[in-house]
Amino acid sequence: MNDVFAPPRDVDAATPVMGVLAPLSSLSVGDRGVIVDVGAEAHGNEHGVGVEELQRRLLEFGFVEGARVEVLHEGAIRRDPIAVRLDDMRVALRRRDAQDVVVLLDTP
Amino acid sequence: MSEAVAAPARVALVGNPNSGKTALFNALTGSRQKVANYAGVTVERKEGHLTTASGRPISVLDLPGTYSLRARSPDEMVTRDAVLGQLAGEASPDVLVCVADATNLRLVLRLILELKAVGRPMVLALNMYDIAQRQGLRIDLEGLARELGCPIVTTVATRKRGIAELVAKVDDLASTGQLADQAAWSAPDAAKIRHAHREAQRILKAYVRPPERPDTFTGKVDAVLLHPVWGLVILFGLLFLMFQGVFTWATPAQDLIEQAFTALGGLVGQMLPNGLLKSFLIDGVISGVGSVLVFLPQILILFSFIILLEDFGYMARAAFLMDRIMGGAGLHGRAFIPLLSSFACAIPGIMATRVIDNKRDRLTTILVAPLMTCSARIPVYTLIISGFIPDRKVWAGLSLQGLVMFGLYAAGIVGALVVSLVIRKIFWRGAVEPFLMELPAYKTPDPENVARNILLRAKIFITRAGRIIFPLMIAVWVLSTFPHPPAGAAGPAIDYSFAGMLGHAVQPLLAPIGFNWQMTVALVPGFAAREVAVAALGTVYAIADTGADGATLATTLAQHWSLATGLSFLAWYVFAPQCASTIGVVRRETNSWLWPAVMLIYMTGLAYLAAFVVYQIASRLGG
Repeated sequence: MNDVFAPPRDVDAATPVMGVLAPLSSLSVGDRGVIVDVGAEAHGNEHGVGVEELQRRLLEFGFVEGARVEVLHEGAIRRDPIAVRLDDMRVALRRRDAQDVVVLLDTP
Repeated sequence: MSEAVAAPARVALVGNPNSGKTALFNALTGSRQKVANYAGVTVERKEGHLTTASGRPISVLDLPGTYSLRARSPDEMVTRDAVLGQLAGEASPDVLVCVADATNLRLVLRLILELKAVGRPMVLALNMYDIAQRQGLRIDLEGLARELGCPIVTTVATRKRGIAELVAKVDDLASTGQLADQAAWSAPDAAKIRHAHREAQRILKAYVRPPERPDTFTGKVDAVLLHPVWGLVILFGLLFLMFQGVFTWATPAQDLIEQAFTALGGLVGQMLPNGLLKSFLIDGVISGVGSVLVFLPQILILFSFIILLEDFGYMARAAFLMDRIMGGAGLHGRAFIPLLSSFACAIPGIMATRVIDNKRDRLTTILVAPLMTCSARIPVYTLIISGFIPDRKVWAGLSLQGLVMFGLYAAGIVGALVVSLVIRKIFWRGAVEPFLMELPAYKTPDPENVARNILLRAKIFITRAGRIIFPLMIAVWVLSTFPHPPAGAAGPAIDYSFAGMLGHAVQPLLAPIGFNWQMTVALVPGFAAREVAVAALGTVYAIADTGADGATLATTLAQHWSLATGLSFLAWYVFAPQCASTIGVVRRETNSWLWPAVMLIYMTGLAYLAAFVVYQIASRLGG
């Protein structure tokens, strides 16, 4: 909780990083880290609104580079959707919509 | 110029969902509220009035909650257009009041930055300030006000704190505030949104110190309520309680209302001579009004549950828990609440589909909502079950009648899931909407706001439903009354009326599903509202005394119908669109006659098919 109000970190692909990068869609309960990229790539999933719009919606909800994220809960069926702590809010989303949110996992 | 006669200053409340905007609206305007729809759309328009200390009249518009002016749903479009002063039939607001949850400022800061670009005079109301203080959250109000360039008032809407100060600030701005020369707002792209977030982050860091005692309650409660197993167990427990409430607690009040209207009818009957006027007043007007009001207790109980759960913050959790289960049938997690409401009545259910952003998801939900067993089907089910299903216990002390009732509910639910799956798989393939939803912090519901919102729902139900059902009841009365039977006619009067002719005309069509002409005649008035079919059957079988339980009628039906016919009638009622009000509401909510027509056709088809299968099988088996 102490870094909830931490400023955004300057992490981008060019900076050599220690740790593991993983899409938010693949994380399990308890996994936490910093968002390093929110893309607009198609992953074979059709989003009724198109990937660009999905990206904007994710950004609007606060899934931005530098935001801290932690998976809090998973649904009962196929561990989907997920509830995450995103900085100081709680947000629910489906894994299929979280594929383009890349998280730099904290090293334990 | 005297302030008292000036046109009221227009104030619009804007803010994120769950910011306590409606509570603030209630605190500002008290009971001086009016609810209607915006012109041309079905978004609810809530307006209230107040007078400032200086005597200036102010009209307050409570706009739908939004995270961004980049609107995604009809509700959010109204907010955007109202803020920009582009909403048809709506004057632009003189002052914006941006309502923010003081404990959750990040997203609203981005909205404030967007609102600033619009260039209207604005006040920021930091609501739920007591919670922020309790958490030890420190906000540099002066610095923040300077940074944002707009005055800030701290409020606790549920305790009416800060309201006078807010009104005073609005009063100031209404007399001095200037509209910027040009509104600079345009829909932001990804880069702009990122930039706004960085700005918001910078502002947060500079003027807000994180809470010393952050809310741990929500996390603890979520550990139970969002648990994959316990969460679902609790959800279904709550649903069970809700049904118990709707069906058992409402009964005494409903009986009372029915008795009151029967008594009123009797009283009018004694005072008036036999004739057209008497029939019109008793069978048309009084029973028409009664048929609307009898649902009021159920609607009140249902909305009490929904509003309490909503205000507590549970509804978002319910949508989370149900998303995958509903998603299996091609429905959105948010469709859960509208479909749940439809168990009381499809009308509030269809009205509640507004929470679904996406048009296709919303249409699917609207189309299947009437398949949920609404309370109007209960009298019909009860009548047929008591006439045809033996009252005995099967295993484990379960009553057979209860099991059949349960089966009818289950048939409706399964039907809705199958239909939505078909719509998704065949008509709207692929396109699955994103599901992104804030899970707000849990809050204790404020009794006054809950009561006010329940009463508001009740009022909306009476006026809107009444406006449709009442004229329909009159129309049905006309159809079943004219023309009069010839002198010396032997059969019941309805047999000679338009309704009777219609019933006789369609009877051959319904013969394969085992319906006799008495039933088809009863279906005509039954189209006004499902439960009217009970009274109509009473009329065609010329039974004077048909109480709510229909005990006499059930016996008569059992003598006249085969078991197969009875079961077929039940199957018909699970699916048939026997409710003109629902069709009317769908017409209004979709703003087109296409969808009500689609609904009418597919539901009738489904009902016919189900009744046909049930009748054929049951009669082969010797029913």
